[in-house]
Amino acid sequence: MANAPARVAHLQTPRQRLESVIQIARAHASEVDCENRFPAETFEALKRARLLGVMIPAQYGGDSLSLADIVDMCGALGQACASSAMIFAMHQIKVSSLVTHGTESAWHIDFMKRVAAEQLLLGSATTEGGIGGDLRSSICAIERDGAIFRLVKEANVISYGRQSDAILITARSHSGAASSDQVMAVVLRDQYALEKTIDWDTLGMRGTCSEGFRFTCEAPAEQIFPHPFAEIAAQSMLAMAHLMWGGVWFGIAADAVARAQAYLRAEARKRPGEKPPGAIRLAETVGVLQEMKSVIVSGISAYERAKLRDEELSSVGFSVAMNNVKVTTSQAAADIVRDVLLINGIYGYRNDSPYSVARHMRDALSAAIMINNDRILGNTSNLLLVSKFDTSLVA
Amino acid sequence: MDKIRAILDQFGKLKVPASSLAPDADLYDAGLTSFASVQLMLGLEEAFDVEFPESMLNRKTFSSIAAINRAIGEITRAAA
Ligand SMILES: Cc1cc2nc3c(=O)[nH]c(=O)nc-3n(C[C@H](O)[C@H](O)[C@H](O)COP(=O)(O)OP(=O)(O)OC[C@H]3O[C@@H](n4cnc5c(N)ncnc54)[C@H](O)[C@@H]3O)c2cc1C
Repeated sequence: MANAPARVAHLQTPRQRLESVIQIARAHASEVDCENRFPAETFEALKRARLLGVMIPAQYGGDSLSLADIVDMCGALGQACASSAMIFAMHQIKVSSLVTHGTESAWHIDFMKRVAAEQLLLGSATTEGGIGGDLRSSICAIERDGAIFRLVKEANVISYGRQSDAILITARSHSGAASSDQVMAVVLRDQYALEKTIDWDTLGMRGTCSEGFRFTCEAPAEQIFPHPFAEIAAQSMLAMAHLMWGGVWFGIAADAVARAQAYLRAEARKRPGEKPPGAIRLAETVGVLQEMKSVIVSGISAYERAKLRDEELSSVGFSVAMNNVKVTTSQAAADIVRDVLLINGIYGYRNDSPYSVARHMRDALSAAIMINNDRILGNTSNLLLVSKFDTSLVA
Repeated sequence: MDKIRAILDQFGKLKVPASSLAPDADLYDAGLTSFASVQLMLGLEEAFDVEFPESMLNRKTFSSIAAINRAIGEITRAAA
């Protein structure tokens, strides 16, 4: 009897195991938002359901889930609590770096096994004071001292930094390196110190607790990924991040649309024979939601295809496509929620109505500034000086 | 290769002069960013009167002076 829950967990698919987590995330979403706090209940449940290591290959103790499966989980969780879903997504993006670039180093393989076995939560520190959202550029540098390295970084935004079991951090590879010559290292909780420098009191995504810290660490040099960060960013991180974030934002939009449908149905019941005025707008909004879904699904298959060839993954055309996934899904999420606000009217605007999309609106507005869309469009416009759009309609 | 080095100095925004780089030295390690690589590509197109096809627009093509030289050689041969 004692091991019954474990057996159940084993029989169910990860997506089935997520169902009970979704209920818990939904129950606490409002409280997490109001109190500006980490969604601890969701993450206890995710760990219990053994869902933090699902992307890790089965040989290392995970479930070998595909990107499509993970993005679907981000979307499902995003319908319940966007902060929980974003933390889940950011963690899986870090896991994907290990899965894609950590299999040639004994330390990283061992660490992957630990993530799966101990359900460790991984945080990310790419953003740096003085640099902002330009992932591919660092000021801070790794300082090597024999078999160990030291690093100090003004990490202005580390989501769930205080709850992370390890943080994946970027820095220049040595003190004389160019700003784009970066490496990424895994640093364990007992190897770093976080000194809080900036609070996280924001419009939305309040549960991500993305505070700023001065990050100081000393750790064995073998914890630095053997491949340059340029490769990690180009070959897995950017695509994974944009697609998983897109999944979270899709979840926010989908739940808002579900609330519009529920509202209109209740209205229609009250006045049989009459079509509620918001019904036309809903039809239009569902079209945008479907577009958003198509962008994500086709983005996932583009990634799966590109993955088979390194050159394709690091191609200009693929970067343009992934940048577009980010920009279009982040805009669509906010557009959809704003339309639902019009459909649901005062009931959507209230914080305390069952048809409220107030939190959805605030959460969705983070999408455009999570790596500012203007920055991304600036990069894309540069790439489009040389790259032509792929007009093929074959998936 | 000297022509390529001159264009690298103009557009590559490297932290060292291109003359100090061996033909197979990694340009990304020398500070070539993805933004600068597009400007470099446009500079090369103008100087060599070529157009890089979509299939060559990836990291590898611009990873070293030798790689750029090979790519330009391929394009001009294909055009001849
Ligand atoms: C919910 C949330 C969670 C996050 N969690 C993390 C985390 O865990 N770890 C982490 O490292 N980071 C995290 N971030 C930070 C994120 O990665 C970006 O650093 C942050 O969003 C700022 O990036 P930016 O490009 O918008 O801003 P900045 O770089 O600060 O840019 C500010 C402004 O300058 C303009 N700008 C700057 N450069 C350009 C350019 N080249 N072209 C055009 N415009 C430009 C932009 O329009 C923008 O208005 C998080 C952000 C959010 C919203």
